Amino acid sequence: MRAFLQSFLRPTRLEPGASPGRGPAVVIRLVVTYLVLIALGGIFSVPAIWMISSSLHDLSGVFAQPFQWIPDPAQWENYRRAVSVLPFPRFLLNTIVITVPVMFATLVSSALVAYGFARFRFPGRDFLFAVCLATMMLPGQVTMIPLFIAFSHLGWIDTYLPLIVPSLFGSPFYIFLLRQFFLTIPVDSEEAAIIDGAGRLRIWWSIIMPQARPAMVTVLIFSFVGTWNDLFGPLIYINSPEKATLTLGLNLMKTQIMGSGIVEWNILMAASLLVLIPNILLFAFAQRHFVQGITMGGGRS
Amino acid sequence: MKGEVLKGYGFILPWLLGFILLTAGPMAYSLYLSFTASNLLSPPQWVGLENFQRMLFEDPLFYRSLLNTAIYAGLSVPLGLILSIGLALLLNAPVRGIGFFRTLFFFPSVTNMVAVAVLWMWIFNPEFGLLNAGLRMIGIEGPFWLQSDVWAKPALVLMSLWTVGGQMIIFLAALQGVPSDMLEAAALDGAGRRRRFFAVTLPLISPAILFNLIMGMIGAFQVFTQVFVMTGGVQPGSEGGPNNATLFIVLYIYKKAFQEFDMGYASAMSWALFVIILAMTSLAWRLSRHRVHYSSRT
Repeated sequence: MRAFLQSFLRPTRLEPGASPGRGPAVVIRLVVTYLVLIALGGIFSVPAIWMISSSLHDLSGVFAQPFQWIPDPAQWENYRRAVSVLPFPRFLLNTIVITVPVMFATLVSSALVAYGFARFRFPGRDFLFAVCLATMMLPGQVTMIPLFIAFSHLGWIDTYLPLIVPSLFGSPFYIFLLRQFFLTIPVDSEEAAIIDGAGRLRIWWSIIMPQARPAMVTVLIFSFVGTWNDLFGPLIYINSPEKATLTLGLNLMKTQIMGSGIVEWNILMAASLLVLIPNILLFAFAQRHFVQGITMGGGRS
Repeated sequence: MKGEVLKGYGFILPWLLGFILLTAGPMAYSLYLSFTASNLLSPPQWVGLENFQRMLFEDPLFYRSLLNTAIYAGLSVPLGLILSIGLALLLNAPVRGIGFFRTLFFFPSVTNMVAVAVLWMWIFNPEFGLLNAGLRMIGIEGPFWLQSDVWAKPALVLMSLWTVGGQMIIFLAALQGVPSDMLEAAALDGAGRRRRFFAVTLPLISPAILFNLIMGMIGAFQVFTQVFVMTGGVQPGSEGGPNNATLFIVLYIYKKAFQEFDMGYASAMSWALFVIILAMTSLAWRLSRHRVHYSSRT
């Protein structure tokens, strides 16, 4: 795993002797590889380039044919207009108010449970861990209706509680991920602390957690991405437009703009790009954690 | 060691409580609801098998939504697997600058689905969209994509291929686990590139294929966000595309539950979806038992 992560961004391990032919054949293969990479890379990046270009056109430029890839002059005020059509700064604040508690509650609760599964022997442990993993496969549609009814009886509709409170109970995938990581931490230092009379909660907090920093960052990033980008939760629980998250707000804006006579695609593209900025920044700084989280999911067999 | 047991349970208590309150309890209640008529305002009325009868024998939209979902899954999952294996093989090449390309193909899969969906609505715009403008350049007049009941599902499939980055990463990790000495030995035995791929690489990455297949099917059957964003009209309730062509099962459950507040019927359908997903997963598991190779090396 670690080797894969290290090789992810700068992998230039040459296959020793794996290709029997050397000389011209190798060069041709290299050229073909690059050509295919550039062609496919072009196809994959065109939508994003087009999005940026559209966001900087005025309305006639967006519908001009043939399309001008470089808008002249670039309409930067589209972005100002995008944040004024709906109260996006408010949506940003709402999203932060939901996402930050969820991230930390998920981390702490999942790490407590993971430590319990990793370090204690108790009857039914392996069975319960299997149940925990099995719930990952359960489609959320089965529980969403009873949960909605329960939360509405509690008077939690149109509040952020249904979006935040469930994160206090740990999340199976992160429990799994953290448990696997805890198992790789040697028990020696814990044993010494137990002899010194330290409680297990204290050991978990001051010995285990500091050593699990990489796994913790992965959990924080994944719960950030999951909560920040979620549409379904805010869609069913939030009714007041001023309580919307960025994702829900973007959908509201889409509905509003699609409903007007001429669809201002330039404004929609600018708003979508603004919503994507946190994703882009996070990805740029923490790509290896994305890779780690995803391969942890797929690597168990 | 009694203290040890109690402490162990103490640590897993958050999950245990969550399991009871947020998973097991709601599942039981959902099963009960599926035998009732329930609309949130009055207490649920027991109606026996009526919801299931209606679902199986009287509601053509239920079958329509299942068929739509199955067509979408049947197209997007295999195409996604082939594309992501192909990309992973390509991105496993030991050439300079490959990290840049990995980032490029990976990024679309970890963004905001609503923003991506809005972008692709614009791409699929029949008159001014990127796709039809590109097709026009090679002399093809493209279809109406999301507004066409024939082309709406293929459009969603096409868009799903842009976000195969996650699967691609899993394949890439699996490919890097293929020991190079085995490939070398096969090469020395005279196996060509193609032969080495099918006889050595493919069996060794088969656990990753099974994982991506199962997760891909589950994901495709539960697809919601992009369908909700892209195929709705302006009026709430019009989601599901032209002529119900993109009324997928989860969207249908959502509309019944949260637009019409027909909670009993929606619960019955959610159980149908659960059973279908369970059946597919175990079928894939069973069929693959003798084909998937689990090596002790990683």
